[in-house]
Amino acid sequence: MASSPAPSAMKKSERWNNSFRQLKFTIRDPVLLISILSTLIVVVMFIIIPLFTILKESFLGTGVFSLKSYASIFKSRFNLQIIWNTIKLGVTVSAIGTAVAFLFAYASVYLKIPNKRLFNILSILPMISPPFVISLAAILLFGRNGLISYSVFGQRPDIYGFWGLALTQVLSFFPIGYLMLTNLLQNIDPSIEEAAQALGSSQSKVFKTVTLPLMLPGLANAALLIFIQSLADFGNAIVIGGNFTTLAVQIYQQGIGSYDMVGATALAVVLLMISILAFYLQNSVIGKKSYITVTGKAAKQRVLNANKKATIPVYTICMMISLLVITMYFLVPYGAFVRLWGVDYSFTLRWIKYVLTIGRRYILDTLTLSIIATPIAALLGIVSAFLIVRKNFPGKRFLETSILMAIALPGTVLGLGYVYTYNTPPIILTGTGLILVIALVIRSMPVGTRSGIAALKQIDPSIEEAASICGAGSQKVFTSVTIPLIRPVIFSSLVYSFIRGMTLVSTIIFLVSARWQMLTVAIMNQVDQGLYGAANAYCLVLIILVGGVMAIMSFFLNKMGVNVNGGY
Amino acid sequence: MDTSTAKEVKLVGLTKTFITSSRGEVHAVQNVDLTINPGEFVTLLGPSGCGKTTLLRMIAGFEMPTSGKILIDGNDVISKTPDKRDLGMVFQNYALFPHLNVFNNIAYGLKIKKINPKEIRERVLDGLKIVKMDDFAERVPAQMSGGQQQRVALVRALVMKPGVLLFDEPLSNLDAKLRIHMREEIRRIQKEFGITTVYVTHDQSEAMAMSDKVVILKDGIIQQVGTPQEVYQTPRNAFIANFIGKANILDGEILSKTKSAAVVSIEGASYTVPRPTTWKAGDKVQVVVRPEAVTLGKGDIEARLIKTVYMGVSQDYWISVQGKEFEVSDYNPAAKEIYTDNQMVKIDFIGKSLHILEPDAAV
Repeated sequence: MASSPAPSAMKKSERWNNSFRQLKFTIRDPVLLISILSTLIVVVMFIIIPLFTILKESFLGTGVFSLKSYASIFKSRFNLQIIWNTIKLGVTVSAIGTAVAFLFAYASVYLKIPNKRLFNILSILPMISPPFVISLAAILLFGRNGLISYSVFGQRPDIYGFWGLALTQVLSFFPIGYLMLTNLLQNIDPSIEEAAQALGSSQSKVFKTVTLPLMLPGLANAALLIFIQSLADFGNAIVIGGNFTTLAVQIYQQGIGSYDMVGATALAVVLLMISILAFYLQNSVIGKKSYITVTGKAAKQRVLNANKKATIPVYTICMMISLLVITMYFLVPYGAFVRLWGVDYSFTLRWIKYVLTIGRRYILDTLTLSIIATPIAALLGIVSAFLIVRKNFPGKRFLETSILMAIALPGTVLGLGYVYTYNTPPIILTGTGLILVIALVIRSMPVGTRSGIAALKQIDPSIEEAASICGAGSQKVFTSVTIPLIRPVIFSSLVYSFIRGMTLVSTIIFLVSARWQMLTVAIMNQVDQGLYGAANAYCLVLIILVGGVMAIMSFFLNKMGVNVNGGY
Repeated sequence: MDTSTAKEVKLVGLTKTFITSSRGEVHAVQNVDLTINPGEFVTLLGPSGCGKTTLLRMIAGFEMPTSGKILIDGNDVISKTPDKRDLGMVFQNYALFPHLNVFNNIAYGLKIKKINPKEIRERVLDGLKIVKMDDFAERVPAQMSGGQQQRVALVRALVMKPGVLLFDEPLSNLDAKLRIHMREEIRRIQKEFGITTVYVTHDQSEAMAMSDKVVILKDGIIQQVGTPQEVYQTPRNAFIANFIGKANILDGEILSKTKSAAVVSIEGASYTVPRPTTWKAGDKVQVVVRPEAVTLGKGDIEARLIKTVYMGVSQDYWISVQGKEFEVSDYNPAAKEIYTDNQMVKIDFIGKSLHILEPDAAV
């Protein structure tokens, strides 16, 4: 603050004194102090330290400081190829994915076409399903024994590789972009476009000169979001990548498969740097350029474009993609009842029986761990959001940045970090259920924090101040006012945490042990061995469990919700 | 409802400095000393950014003073959280709990105090009677108008029988007519309960109409503390004169003075101002003249009329005096002669309604 206009610049000691007083002011309340400390400890122990361990190991793995592991990456054609693969895939998926997302978003907000609800369902499906469903279905459809490729056309094409992976990633990740862009498009005030029309612009000209420029920051944002997802994607990449290896997969294979931990950490640092760069661009550079403020207020009704020249082609493309995705989602449950895909399509319960007997402990372990992790993740998410939005304390910005950055953190990097950090004294956690629960919590909490922050920013802080003036301590304010006001967010973070817990692959693949197993890892192993029937059956069980628990959760929360509403 | 035990609020050397990334250090409140007596209605008045809300929020406990003391009935409350300070507060945007109905909104604090349900019921319903909203107990905030919501917020603060009641621009979201009605209601209730009140507003007519004492703030510094009459009739400086009502400030010279009066000459005409002054004869001074305290058509000063506007209650004139625009409001214009642009008019003042700014008034 060199250009400080303040009449008297405070001395450093005074500044210190000041922030100390601020700290004392904040922690007048012990409950608040405990929540701040515990959130900070969780973030430091399970996000920051593991990342630093990786960084440290990548330099010091051999005992002395060296850049050898990096030198070997950049000298090895194989490793350079992997880095190039990852970026090429990320850029391709992000470009196609954003285009598809925009097409869907534009169709649903601007065009007069039927079946819009179908698009919405489609956009939620990939978020609640295990990450393999699409790639598994792609193999069932287009693989060597694929329904379309082999049974219909008699071809044995190679779906495993760049284009297969790109296809599955686009189908898996475009819905995130779709939701984001729909939200933005809905918040463009129609009168801006009407003003352009009134000034003599045709509809297509309005699109080119007003709507598109307004959307540019949003499009860039969506592209980066999809790019980050593609970088971090492990599930699809390992199932359908074939010989086309990406960083996320290579970190796992080098670390667990070849026990070249130092090499793995160096690769992890490279992946981490690319992800953090993309995250930084998304949040700092592009995030601030947005023209559209998302107010949450319903704008004026938009007159939908019914021009057949626009609606018919857009509708056809959207419908084709939707049908493809929906077919894929039907194929996996169907595959669970087929004797041998591509050869013998007769009905069997063999796979289901297999999954319910031999696979039983996978199912139970996964359920147990997810059910433990879910409330912890949701609570941590809401509490951290509350602290970030409402309270002032030293380390607040650090907390916010760390948690939000964790959204962009590739799961394999975090998993590797856990293996490294908690494999050796002072704290040994690998092999325990605890580290799995922690991994599930850390992978889902940041999204809860983000939506919590968004929700709390909508709530006037004076409502909580009023409660406090009425005699409520900070804990009472939180439970009697804050929580009831953001109930929908709490529900959605519970649901999200549970789904994430059930479907996570990347981080936990480093942490499963003989004692604790996870369903998703079982699916991966089945796919690896080519036992698609069993993999399909596991997926089916997973989908049923997620659906069932979601239904139970919404039932109970609604009941609780009524109670929360009645009294306080 | 019995009356609360009104408390005294004393601010000693209260200072708040914000450290911002864009503007460096911002001195929001500087070295404020102020005593608010038990049962008194004190208004903190000033333009936006003058520090009045920060001051109120420090009393409430939402902001931490950089230095200084806040004494409530002699006890320093700085280390206490807001819920432990025995305060009531009414917010600008009502801040009702949207998930609770009116009854539960008002009962919220009483329940925390663990008062028995029967008494809670009585106190809530009595409170609603005071603001004539007996039938609204079951409504939720979303079903009420702004004025109704603010009444509920007022009752929610009152039922706690707080030692001090704080208001943060409570009427600024209401329309003009309702604002006038509500300020009378708040003042009536405050007098009835004899509750110590600190009221923040940027609306000077609100401050004039309601207060026992007005505190005028600018840039975090107290400019003047006084009754509404004092701050209007004898503003300490030109800022206050212009902020409270309209003011013309003319250059003059002290011709002579006694202990209780001074004779001042403006544009060659002389007037006796019947108040003591610290100026000496021969000093150049600034004289505050209110637009409504001017008589047209007679007097010893003659000047050119620049423009005139008909306002209904008054005919307003801008006249060129001492090279500046001098504003005059002539009330009840229907009964008066109307002057037209470019005409020369005579103007006259009564010495009693003139005010000489004191030497320490430099702004």
